[in-house]
Amino acid sequence: MSSTALSVKTFNMPRKDRLLEHLSSDRFGRGFSRFVTGLMIPAVALIVFLGLWDAGARNVETSLGVLPGPAKVWEQTVSLYDEHRQEREKEDAFYQRLQKRLDKAIAAGKPQEKIENIKNRQYTGRATFFDQILTSLWTVMIGFVIASAVAIPIGIVCGMSATLYQAVNPLIQIFKPVSPLAWLPLVTMVVSALYVSEDPLFAKSFLNSAITVTLCCLWPTIINTTVGVSGVDKDLLNVSRVLRLNWLTKTVKIVLPSSVPMIFTGLRLSLGIGWMVLIAAEMLAQNPGLGKFVWDEFQNGSSNSLARIMVAVLVIGFIGFLLDRGMLMLQRWVSWDKSAVLR
Amino acid sequence: MNSYLNIDHISITFPTDNGPLEVLKSVKLNVEQGEFISLIGHSGCGKSTVLNIVAGLLRATEGGVILEEKEVTEPGPDRAVVFQHHSLMPWLSVYDNVRLAVDQVFKRTKSKQERDEWTRHNLELVHMSHALERKPDEISGGMKQRVGIARALAMEPKVLLMDEPFGALDSLTRTHMQDSLMEIQARLNNTVIMITHDVDEAVLLSDRIVMMSNGPSATVGDILNVDLPRPRDRLALAEDPAFNHYRAEVVKFLHERHTKPGATATKKSSEQNDEADQGADQSRPGLKLASG
Repeated sequence: MSSTALSVKTFNMPRKDRLLEHLSSDRFGRGFSRFVTGLMIPAVALIVFLGLWDAGARNVETSLGVLPGPAKVWEQTVSLYDEHRQEREKEDAFYQRLQKRLDKAIAAGKPQEKIENIKNRQYTGRATFFDQILTSLWTVMIGFVIASAVAIPIGIVCGMSATLYQAVNPLIQIFKPVSPLAWLPLVTMVVSALYVSEDPLFAKSFLNSAITVTLCCLWPTIINTTVGVSGVDKDLLNVSRVLRLNWLTKTVKIVLPSSVPMIFTGLRLSLGIGWMVLIAAEMLAQNPGLGKFVWDEFQNGSSNSLARIMVAVLVIGFIGFLLDRGMLMLQRWVSWDKSAVLR
Repeated sequence: MNSYLNIDHISITFPTDNGPLEVLKSVKLNVEQGEFISLIGHSGCGKSTVLNIVAGLLRATEGGVILEEKEVTEPGPDRAVVFQHHSLMPWLSVYDNVRLAVDQVFKRTKSKQERDEWTRHNLELVHMSHALERKPDEISGGMKQRVGIARALAMEPKVLLMDEPFGALDSLTRTHMQDSLMEIQARLNNTVIMITHDVDEAVLLSDRIVMMSNGPSATVGDILNVDLPRPRDRLALAEDPAFNHYRAEVVKFLHERHTKPGATATKKSSEQNDEADQGADQSRPGLKLASG
């Protein structure tokens, strides 16, 4: 096992012997190489990137000052977090005050109307960076879920019927390359025309963003589901014909499990596109979310703006990455083939 | 005409880019209940097409298949198929694969408990009781094929159709599977049509061997009655002159067909088969024109 030149016994030095043995053993070698490939190489690459960024940014003079380097961006990350905490503290203080007034009003026996009035008061502070993140996440999830709920059934039906596929395919091919921003004005107009309500459950801006995301999330899922479903093993379909399985049983027991990998490929593509689309839509339409944050900072034009936009850029990228990992985990959990290598 | 299964002059023509291609021409075969039939012939001669027509997966262009005085128009569990590549659902366990078929076929006639017992019974029959919860990816090729057979048997088919069931297995596993199949056949007395490339397998298992002429326009070249007593023992038969005679007959047929495609079969061929062969020969020039 450890019969390399290193493991020559030393005289009466057990600890050194053990160390030598450890250094020369295969386990150490394998562990070391895993450490190098798994952590060292990405870490070195990251440091090189930060160095280049820092060096490069120094040389770019903009109207808002020098392009910020990593240190400045980190500083702004901390400051954004502090702002968020301060805002929360203000909000807590507001509600505490409100509670006190409410107690007083009840104790003083004020009329019911007035008490209700106090109760219904809402804190109207500025949305912080972290509020915007949550808004964007919520919007993309709703848009994506609606898109998936529509696209997967369409994909299944198109995959099973060649005629239907031929009917739907031209539409898919035409709508697929349409930029989300082209949809946005149409969506805005249609939502304002149709979604008329005294006490709306969702804000119109939220619906506009979510529907735009939906429209862009549909296509990859439809296409990939169709391909997955039409690629189901012929023999398995013959088995279902011999057994005379009805449409539903066939879909649930044969078609869906075997097209799960392709469906997830579509879903992951869709979610990635949806996240990108959402940021653009929020910027253009001034709907709450990360896109609005970026646009506001751009318009604001303070000396910190560029660094704050960079924080947003990094956060957008990191969240996109997490969303994709999340889908991958969901796929692992749903998929029957636990041994498949998923990337 | 009162046979159990009557394959009545079926022809099938597929449209291709080079015009229509006649794959089968007037294939005729009568099968009695409990008979074990092998279909043998060169690759591409349309053996699988015959099987698929009997299964109902394909419709014949001319002629038809009559099973127990009813015409076959669509696939159904009364004609269970064992596919060459097992075709088990990889996401279902061994038990669930068979149970899916049992649930479907005996939805109304058996209670839940009976269906469970019936599933286990059929897996017991193919000696797979030890691996009920395993997935197809976790068992060997021979085991998968056993499960495929159990699934087919569990449908209680009138005819069991096997498309080169052991073709993808190594020879040692194949001999085991053949022995198992003979044992099951002796117990259940199924009617079986099996496609094979293996001459020994055909002679060992069959009551009759149907030798198909080469395609296109393939048809029944000759039928060989294998009159060997059952149960058959492969070791004893290896030395048996009768067994070797049958074997030689099949090899001779296949060899002659291979060197001289379209030549008339061995002298033993019956009148019907001669007729069929002539039909096949006549159609050939026309087809050459179509494809050339």
